[in-house]
Formats: sequence, structure tokens, C-alpha cells
Amino acid sequence: MSISVMLSKLGEGMITSVLIFTLTLLFSLPLGLIVALARMSKNIILRNFTRIYISIMRGTPLMLQLLVVYFGPYYLFGISISSGYRFWAVILAFSINYAAYFAEIYRGGIESMPLGQYEAARVLGYSESQTFMKIILPQVIKRIIPAITNEVITLIKDTSLAFSIAVTEMFTVAKAIASSEKTMVSYVAAGIFYYVFNFVVAVVMESIEKKLDYYR
Amino acid sequence: MEIFSIKNAKKSFENNLEVLQDISISVSKGEVAAIIGPSGSGKSTLLRCATLLETMDSGELIYSGEKAAWNNEEGKTVYASPEKLRQIKSKFGLVFQNFNLFPHYSVLKNITDAPISIQKRKKEEVMQEAQVLLEKMGLSDKAYAYPFQLSGGQQQRVSIARALAMNPDILFFDEPTSALDPELTGEILRVIRSLAAEHMTMVIVTHEIEFARNVADRIIFIAGGVIVEEGNAESLISDPQNDRTKAFLNRLQR
Repeated sequence: MSISVMLSKLGEGMITSVLIFTLTLLFSLPLGLIVALARMSKNIILRNFTRIYISIMRGTPLMLQLLVVYFGPYYLFGISISSGYRFWAVILAFSINYAAYFAEIYRGGIESMPLGQYEAARVLGYSESQTFMKIILPQVIKRIIPAITNEVITLIKDTSLAFSIAVTEMFTVAKAIASSEKTMVSYVAAGIFYYVFNFVVAVVMESIEKKLDYYR
Repeated sequence: MEIFSIKNAKKSFENNLEVLQDISISVSKGEVAAIIGPSGSGKSTLLRCATLLETMDSGELIYSGEKAAWNNEEGKTVYASPEKLRQIKSKFGLVFQNFNLFPHYSVLKNITDAPISIQKRKKEEVMQEAQVLLEKMGLSDKAYAYPFQLSGGQQQRVSIARALAMNPDILFFDEPTSALDPELTGEILRVIRSLAAEHMTMVIVTHEIEFARNVADRIIFIAGGVIVEEGNAESLISDPQNDRTKAFLNRLQR
């Protein structure tokens, strides 16, 4: 297999990896905020339900969760799985897993906000939702960016777990080429890809952080 | 005309500490009232109840004839609907001890955001008023600065401008100089004094006795959750009648 064929195959896997990454963030970042709010809710049932959910998501391997989400519908409910579900099972499993981590980051950020911000907004007549959206959340985002960056970088590397249910992302392709061609080159290429991807993400996150540096 | 009154306010916290034991205060238009008293006397709680940051167990709260809270048959406080309370909130402003400016907003936005987005007033009009307020506070050149770039005294002046931009009928101050370095208290006291000269109705919780004596029409001395003594500012300071007032003033002057 020539290098160019190998790279084009890897390239297809790369697109899948990027897609998993992007869609997971797209769903888990807002979902995490909702989970965080539920976790801090006054409703004890909702609060405890979320607490258990977060505990399970953090307490079991993502790969196991992925297998459960993928095979669960068949073994639990006898629903036959179409091959198109494979990709979406990854997105679903990743999103609910990352939402749990993001939720705890949001919660930490929200709870670190001084009470005076809420009180000032209240006296000025802001409603609860206005206070949250205009006053609290923008400041929380600034505070949690470094922790979010950590998770986002972990996510890039975690996309390789999609391999476990045979979604043909980057790592799956690299492994297939390595065993059929008896070569390490595909692994090296994959390694470079993950590193560059991470590097770009880190630069982007850093620039967001810089952008929010206009106040303290 | 009575701008603000709180009647028979009672408040205890969970640990059964009765912070307010039947306090009544009313303030008429243009009047400046100073509340003094030892720490833990309930003066901050009183201010927080007046500004709806804290709920009373029992008592009435009235702004310009409009009831924000009243007693039900069992003598427990009932508050007006959220809609009504929102309306009443635009009748008063509160200046916090720690300023509580919004750090992610520029000085100008801190002042104009609530009038524009909450009171729904015309943007041009609010902006113009904000410029006038900034000038009055000596901060014309700081409109686009962020709170962290300002000194404590400047931040407190912005927070006074923010409260004034809502065009309140009455302004409450919760120890407005306590978080400031001594050399910065003067500029805040000057601002409050100039507001008093314009007949702004104000209630000021303060430890600055000399200032209270100069600027207030009336001083209310609170201790142990009750009003111990109240009266004309000058005479209360120079000739206190109650022993607790005397002891408190003596301690301060020593």
C-alpha cells in the first residue's frame, strides 16, 4: 500500500474522528449546563437523580458505556440495531458521558460566584433568568475555560474509543492498516494527527481565554 | 410625602436569634436618615428587608403608598406578587458595602444595562443620563473602563451612579465606606453630601458618626434589634438621652 493510499484512508477516519469530536461538544456542552442546574435544583428528587447519573458516568469506563448504549437496545428491548446506529451510539454515549463532566465544571463555576452579584442584579430588577444569562453565566464561562480545555483535549483522544464498536474513525483505520500491511507507519501518522488536532484545539481555547481577559 | 416606611418589622434567623424586634421607620421625601449602631445590631438586616433581599417574618413595607408587604390575619408578612414587586423595585436603589459592580461590563454598561433592558427606557436617553451621572461622579473619562481598573472609591462612585440611573425615589446605602481605605472615604462622603444638597431621599447605614451628624436630618440608633433612640442628627450626637446611645458614642469617640 502506498503512502498516499494509506493517508487517504486515514483521512477518511480522521473526518469521522473530527465529526465525533464536534458533535459531542455540540450536544454535551449545553446538556452539561442543564445537568448542572438540575444538580443544584431545589427539587430533591431531581437533584439526587442527577447526582446518581453523574456518579455512574464518572464511575464506569466510557468504553463500557459505549457498549451498553450500542448493544443495550437489542439485549434489553430486543430492538434490532441498524448499522447506521453505530455512529449515533458513539455520539449519544460520548455526549451523556461528557455532559456529566461538564456539569460538574459548570457547577463549580456557578458556585464560585459571589452572592453579591446575584443581590446587585436582584435590586436592579433583573429576573432570575436574566441574572443567570446576563450576569452569572458570562463570568462563569471565563472561570471554567481552563477546566473545559482539559476535558476537550481528553475528548480528542477518547474519540479513538469508538473503535470498540467498530466505527471507522482514525484509530480503527490505523489499526486495520497496521495489521494488514505489517507496518507501524499508520500508527505514527495517527499519533501525529492526534497531536496536531490537540495542538490546534489548545491554541483555539487559549485564544478564547485571551479574549475574555479584558476584565478580571 | 412619605416615600418609604417599614412597620413593626420582625425577623429571626434559624438559630432563633431575633435580629429585628419590632422596628418601624418612615422616611419622607427629601429626608436623609442615618442608621447607626453596634455591629450585629440588625441595621444591615433592616436594610436588606427594606430592599427585598431578605424577607420579614412579620411587618409591613410601603413605598410611596404602594404596599410591597403586609401582615395577614395571623400577623405574618405576605409579599406582593412578583410583578408588583418588580415594579416597586424601581422605586429604590441600594449601594452595597462591596460595590458589587458587574466585572464583565464596562462602567457605562454597568450604569445603563438595567435602565435599558429592565426598565425598557430609550437607549439614547439612558446614555445621555449616564454621561451626566458620570460627570457628576467625576468619572467622565472612565466610561469605557472596567471595574478592575478602578480604585475602590471610583468603583463605589460607579455603583452610586448605577443606582441613580434607575431614577429611584429613595437610595439606601449599606455602609458605603466600610470597604474603602480611609483616604478614599472622603470622596464617597462628598458624593453623598452633594446628593443630600439636591434633596435626594436617602437612608444611610454608617459608622461615620461625624458624617451622619453633618449630612443626615435624622439619626436612628439601633441596638439589639430595636430602635433605642432616634431624633434630630445634631442633638442625638451631642446630647444623647439613652444610656446605650451614650455608651456607644463614647466608645466611638475614644
